Amino acid sequence: MAFTSEEVLAGLAELINDETGIATDSVALDKSFTDDLDIDSISMMTIVVNAEEKFDVKIPDEEVKNLTTVGDAVTFIVNAQG
Amino acid sequence: MSAALTPSVGSPFTRILALGAARGENAVTNDDIAGPIDSSDEWIRQRTGVITRMRAGEGVEAVDLAEAASREAIEKAGIEPSQVGAVIVSTISNTVQTPSLAALLAERVGANPAAAYDVSAACAGYTYGIAQADALVRAGLAQYVLVVGAEKLSDFAKPTDRTISFLLGDGAGAAIVGPADEPGIAATVWGSDGSKWDAVGMDRPLKDAFADPDGEFPTLRQEGQTVFRWAVWEMAKVAQKALDAAGVRPEDLAAFIPHQANMRIIDEFAKQLKLPEHVVVARDIATTGNTSAASIPLATHALLAEHPELSGGLALQIGFGAGLVYGAQVVRLP
Repeated sequence: MAFTSEEVLAGLAELINDETGIATDSVALDKSFTDDLDIDSISMMTIVVNAEEKFDVKIPDEEVKNLTTVGDAVTFIVNAQG
Repeated sequence: MSAALTPSVGSPFTRILALGAARGENAVTNDDIAGPIDSSDEWIRQRTGVITRMRAGEGVEAVDLAEAASREAIEKAGIEPSQVGAVIVSTISNTVQTPSLAALLAERVGANPAAAYDVSAACAGYTYGIAQADALVRAGLAQYVLVVGAEKLSDFAKPTDRTISFLLGDGAGAAIVGPADEPGIAATVWGSDGSKWDAVGMDRPLKDAFADPDGEFPTLRQEGQTVFRWAVWEMAKVAQKALDAAGVRPEDLAAFIPHQANMRIIDEFAKQLKLPEHVVVARDIATTGNTSAASIPLATHALLAEHPELSGGLALQIGFGAGLVYGAQVVRLP
């Protein structure tokens, strides 16, 4: 069953909270991973790998650098679902 | 009919008999190197866990560090240098393309005329060396093998590089592998993934630097995120295979000694492996830095100095790096 955008956002917020301690309600679609949430490249990769497992999608390394905002990640994950 | 050939016959089992270590003599702090990368002590500590990296001075080469570490290992093993039948050095820091650092090292430590050769397997090199030493002793091609990881990586560190240079340290770790009454080195799980050949390595070929007299000497750089993902999640699978190949469970381990690449890799790796609390995790990178092939024996040496009670216990060691290449095995600590 495919995840909706709302479900992906909520799931991502949990993964970000697990990795960085950032409150889940601070994670919004317009937030930049680096500029707003201050997530470094290593934490970003940890979140990406955990997101792959949680949503059963593949997020290639070369795609990670295009994911600037939380919204970019949500859109990518929703579209990548089989 | 022609005469029958006589094959070599070795010992059924092997173990690491002793270790030796040598580090660069200068403790370089984060403040010392933060300027050119527009960084800070806090930023470097948070992202890498490195507090200092040990670097060698001008007149000290990788072979000098290798000699000091090897002399200690040979002495602690209680053997004569002349009993060493093979010298395997893993290094990317040899000052020349050829001849090998190993041949010079064999001469310096009194192991001449032992077979001597270098291995180019970057940060996996020590585990490759242990795999080969184990095989050589079991096959009867050498009674004792000197395995060394030796690097002077500060020669390949670019002060303005933000990808890897600021992690790098200098050092050498040595091990003597010899015959044993019971298995002391389990089956090695090793391999390569050349599809990621560009992920970590030199910033350009030697030839290009030579053709451009105003250009800089080639230095190391990496694609950090690609390497991080591979080093944790792919290597966690390899580590599990090494445990399975050895026939041991995580709770049987006394120590986990991964290549000292970055504290964040080590921490995430340990998390993925779900190691029981009693398993001591090597974190030598905090004060030594990333010394590539030397990092596992240096970390093991430091761990045994700090926790002598680990001697005789089982350690899972895993090396991974440029190639990409990897090697893992469970060993009994000397």
